[in-house]
Amino acid sequence: MSYTEIERQWTTRLRRRFVHLLPPEKLLPDTQPTYVSSWIYVFGVTTLSALVVVIASGSLLAIRGPQWWHTSSVGHFVNSLHLWSVEIFFFAMVVHLWGKYFMAAWRGGRALTWMTGVVTFLTSIAAAFTGYVSQTNFDSQWISTQAKDGINATGAGAYFNVLNMGQMLMWHIVLLPLAAIVLTGLHVLLVRVKGVVPPFEENAKVNA
Amino acid sequence: MKSKHFRPDVDVAPWKGGHSPYDIIKEGTIALIVVGLLTLILAVVFGSPDEPAVTIKTWSNATPVDFAMTALSELNQTSTSAQYGAPYNNAAVGQKLGPLELAKWVGDRIPVNTVRDFVINPLKSLPDQPILTTDLQQWSKASSSTRNSWLTDYTKASAHMTYVNGQVTVTANNVGPVPVFINDLTQMARTGALDQALVTQSGFYTTDFTLPLLFLADGSYLANLADHQHLSGDQWGMMNETGNYPGQAWLWLYTFWYQVAPFSTSANADVLVWGVMMALSVVLLFVPFIPGLRTIPRKTRIYRVIWREHYQGTTTE
Repeated sequence: MSYTEIERQWTTRLRRRFVHLLPPEKLLPDTQPTYVSSWIYVFGVTTLSALVVVIASGSLLAIRGPQWWHTSSVGHFVNSLHLWSVEIFFFAMVVHLWGKYFMAAWRGGRALTWMTGVVTFLTSIAAAFTGYVSQTNFDSQWISTQAKDGINATGAGAYFNVLNMGQMLMWHIVLLPLAAIVLTGLHVLLVRVKGVVPPFEENAKVNA
Repeated sequence: MKSKHFRPDVDVAPWKGGHSPYDIIKEGTIALIVVGLLTLILAVVFGSPDEPAVTIKTWSNATPVDFAMTALSELNQTSTSAQYGAPYNNAAVGQKLGPLELAKWVGDRIPVNTVRDFVINPLKSLPDQPILTTDLQQWSKASSSTRNSWLTDYTKASAHMTYVNGQVTVTANNVGPVPVFINDLTQMARTGALDQALVTQSGFYTTDFTLPLLFLADGSYLANLADHQHLSGDQWGMMNETGNYPGQAWLWLYTFWYQVAPFSTSANADVLVWGVMMALSVVLLFVPFIPGLRTIPRKTRIYRVIWREHYQGTTTE
């Protein structure tokens, strides 16, 4: 195999492209600009950490199936871990979102970073909702029978049936977490590629 | 090189300041440990709610007349489900978003016939019921006008329905098999057999609870329990959950619209609220490109609080 042939390989090209976009010192930085010093930055990493706990506790619940936590004190405790990690996740994510808004964090070519964050937020809401309607208890009965009217009114209810526990559970434990994890990964990679947005510097000039 | 006007809400000047050490792995590890511990503490202290699911058996034993009246509404097709429209049937046009009849366009893709699915088919599943079998045959052979006549007369008399000595009683004449249907369905419900019959109509294995949930929601028992738990629509509804738990607090804006006019009084409230929330979500998504909205952060100067340390060390502006 010639050197030129290796250079033309899809794998070689993809690796070169990836390393160019995200060299190791950007992916795992050991320094940061001095302006990255504020309490607001805590909420991004808190959101990520809470997502890890959400996935871990949800995976534990999955081991024994959707009914386990109703009949086992251990299962109920794992459900409590899942619930509170979700609450922390959303609290941190909402503060993170508002913080990034008031930092105008889309500046400097970071619009896609903002947009992936918003889509992750919306996806997470759907993921949490499907969890609430697949709890197989009174809450899921009431929330699903109430929520059906809104979703049915849009026409989406014909395909996304909130009264179908099996369908909701599949969305909750497979499709939406997968989407949320992929979107979160993309969001974090974009943050690493573009770096953390700097503070407003008024009266500055740029050259194009 | 052509010079471009600097847009402070879009552009950034290259950072020419210093850098400080940053251990991203250590930060992530500490955050994970802290969040894990916080989750653990909250779970130990507060736990989580788990109110058992309501069954049709529970409902029909607690309030047999309410159940029987709901069963009648399924048979005479006056229930919410019977008159719902898409995606369950074509009984109504459904809600409109301006000129858009979104639900109607999609059609009845989850067909529900309350007479067949909630009354006749479950009754047919009961074994060794000679009187009921005869009555089911009478119903099957009767014309539409005859059925309507039976149902109209029975419905008028049902205002005085009682449940005495284990029997649903309505004083009415010439109402065909309707009294037997309502009474037998109530008895079936009280044994728990109706719960099972509703979920197994499509086979042995099922995870689809559309039919029993619609039936439950058509009665007042589920709604009364929810009202006691402060879960009704005018109590900020489905963003809450049983007990004193935060619930889906992130749905506050969605739930908020239902509390205020014109949504609170509109027959199209659901689709209007969804329309508003979809529009707001799109706006949120495209904030970086919307003049005015993307200017607010710079104008409000909240960023100076966020980057307090940075601005304390500079003399910009």
